[in-house]
Amino acid sequence: MTQIKDIDRSLYDFKDDESDFYRLQEGLTEETVRRISGEKHDPAWMLEHRLRSLELYNKIPVPDWGPSIDGLDMDHISSYVRANTDMKGTWEEVPEDIRNTFEKLGIPQAERRSLAGVGAQYDSELVYHNVREEVAQQGVVYTDMESALTGEYADMVREHFMKLVPPSDHKFAALHGAVWSGGSFVYVPKNVKVEIPLQSYFRLNAKGAGQFEHTLIIVDEGADLHFIEGCSAPKYNVANLHAGCVELYVSKGARLRYSTIENWSKNMYNLNTKRAVVEEDARMEWVSGSFGSHVSYLYPTTILKGDRSYCEFTGITFAGNGQNLDTGAKMIHIGKDTSSYINSKSVSKDGGISTYRSSIQIAKSAKGSKSTVDCASLMLDDISRSDTIPAMDIRTMDADVGHEAKIGRISDEAVFYLMSRGIDEAQARAMIVSGFADSVSKELPLEYAAEMNNLIRLEMENT
Amino acid sequence: MSGPLLQVSDLSAGIEGAELLHHIDLTIREGETHVLMGPNGAGKSTLGNTLMGNPAYHVTGGRIFFGGEDITELGADKRAAMGMFMSFQNPLEIPGLSLESFIRNAIRISTGKPLKIFQFKKQLEAAMEILQMDASYVERDLNVGFSGGEKKKAEILQLLMLDPKLAILDETDSGLDVDAVRTVSRGIEEYQKERGGALLVITHSTRILDSLHVDRTHVLVKGRIAETGGAELVDEINRGGFERFTEE
Ligand SMILES: Nc1ncnc2c1ncn2[C@@H]1O[C@H](COP(=O)(O)OP(=O)(O)OP(=O)(O)O)[C@@H](O)[C@H]1O
Ligand SMILES: [Mg+2]
Repeated sequence: MTQIKDIDRSLYDFKDDESDFYRLQEGLTEETVRRISGEKHDPAWMLEHRLRSLELYNKIPVPDWGPSIDGLDMDHISSYVRANTDMKGTWEEVPEDIRNTFEKLGIPQAERRSLAGVGAQYDSELVYHNVREEVAQQGVVYTDMESALTGEYADMVREHFMKLVPPSDHKFAALHGAVWSGGSFVYVPKNVKVEIPLQSYFRLNAKGAGQFEHTLIIVDEGADLHFIEGCSAPKYNVANLHAGCVELYVSKGARLRYSTIENWSKNMYNLNTKRAVVEEDARMEWVSGSFGSHVSYLYPTTILKGDRSYCEFTGITFAGNGQNLDTGAKMIHIGKDTSSYINSKSVSKDGGISTYRSSIQIAKSAKGSKSTVDCASLMLDDISRSDTIPAMDIRTMDADVGHEAKIGRISDEAVFYLMSRGIDEAQARAMIVSGFADSVSKELPLEYAAEMNNLIRLEMENT
Repeated sequence: MSGPLLQVSDLSAGIEGAELLHHIDLTIREGETHVLMGPNGAGKSTLGNTLMGNPAYHVTGGRIFFGGEDITELGADKRAAMGMFMSFQNPLEIPGLSLESFIRNAIRISTGKPLKIFQFKKQLEAAMEILQMDASYVERDLNVGFSGGEKKKAEILQLLMLDPKLAILDETDSGLDVDAVRTVSRGIEEYQKERGGALLVITHSTRILDSLHVDRTHVLVKGRIAETGGAELVDEINRGGFERFTEE
């Protein structure tokens, strides 16, 4: 276990004054959507896309399964909030209070130390985007979504935007299609290996607002990328909404690792959609830590389209008091000899509910495919709940599918064992939980693993 | 310090609904080695756990003093920080926590001081050398997949690293092969002789005692101390068993 630094509780929970921000009135109407589109100088097709999405949004019912989202009233969610700044290429140019926010979150520091590029979104818009010179010279494109719509790669963007996650997919995909704003576009050219990660960080500061960033990543044949996504928000006593969308295209022989630590405040509805399509001999790796939020619906989906494509998903979900986190991973095997591996952990505490849904679909065409699902949950007390709901749909005899689920409680004897060595009870419990999460944190770069351990400890102290 | 290291006076304890220990008196001075023997189910582990502060056991009467301080109500972590240690009869497995980081955290947290890494590594190496443990053990998850004997060695490794004033060894020798008993004994000897540590050795065999100097022997039967004597009591039990003590 990484040594845990002392936690500063105010680390994520500070808010900036938004009095001079541009804010669209709450509620969702055609007028709102047109205003957003106008603000953003969308190309014509995008306005059409938004309006079509809005129509779908109005038609599609809210999900009738999973945690309740009754507390979310779209009439009270502002769908667009822009700080009084435009996007900058250096941190010095970013307004001081916003820069301070990201400094407290450690983003500029991490950029200097260990990242190939950073995008920082604040409410609805990116306030900073930069990529290292040598990485740009390799031909890697890393920009905000808005510039991507009109830039050199405009056609590529149009060809891929919301094709993996169509607005018709579900109500919040439609919502996203209508009001999306911000996010990053990444293109890694053929055979280019980006040695160190790129990171986008999404910070939702505004009260009673929604964040709808769109991330589109295309890793061309034989290329290699590690992308890190971070999210956080301060706590308010009104509902906030996050309905981002992530679309990942992993071409033949390429590799993409997508790591996320989502750390939302506990008034957040996190209805996020992430999907990847993986071509021949390509490799997709998800690493995911879901912390915070009041309600989450999050099921990263991977379509193993090409023969011999591979995907692994390693994730942890931590549900504390007042949280109902519905997460999972979905693997769709289409190509021959494809393989997938899911390793998920969930922790629940103080009445928190965590539900893990794994779904494996193996199409008739996916002969010789393999899938292994490993789910483990740890309940820290008697009032918390952890469920695993596996689903399998296997259409060929020639597939090898394994599923294992373990549900356990933290053992008092184990806590006593650690305490008998001089470790206090809170730290003993935190060490057991960190140990439980170890197979996930091991997959993260060192600093992020440390951040995750901090979050675990923060959650453990938060009784 | 003038008084005894551990003083147990008129201690009764048990689990919810059943008293398992009755009116125990026990005094251990600095550097002394006491042996605790008794038939299966007599309450030896219960006594060890109660002394160490396992919350599963409740004290129903009497007091426990350590270094002159009343520790009856203290948590296990506080007792450990004061210099108590217990080698578990069944050490627990903690996935995802490596043996080394466990020991490191335990030292850091219980002493409240930052650890000197270089010195720590050196001590760890030396202790593992005594216990003939392969270097790879420290990276393995604590006790996970360790054989019975390996778990016991890991307990004694923790003993040597934490360097307590009193160590309770709960059947550290059981389940060990002949060579392993010798190796583990060497670790305990180091603790007893080189560092002057006090011991309460719970055991069913005498092999582990061969290389140790024994000051007192106690026989626990049905939760009571039936007899206390010198080292010779161990041999007597070896020859005659517990029959003499169990007769009403
Ligand atoms: N947590 C518990 N729940 C129920 N019974 C218990 C518990 N702990 C101890 N006991 C009972 O108390 C008695 C004493 O147990 P203890 O483990 O202390 O014996 P012991 O002397 O250590 O035996 P052994 O030589 O077999 O290790 C036994 O009858 C045991 O079954
Ligand atoms: Mg016992």
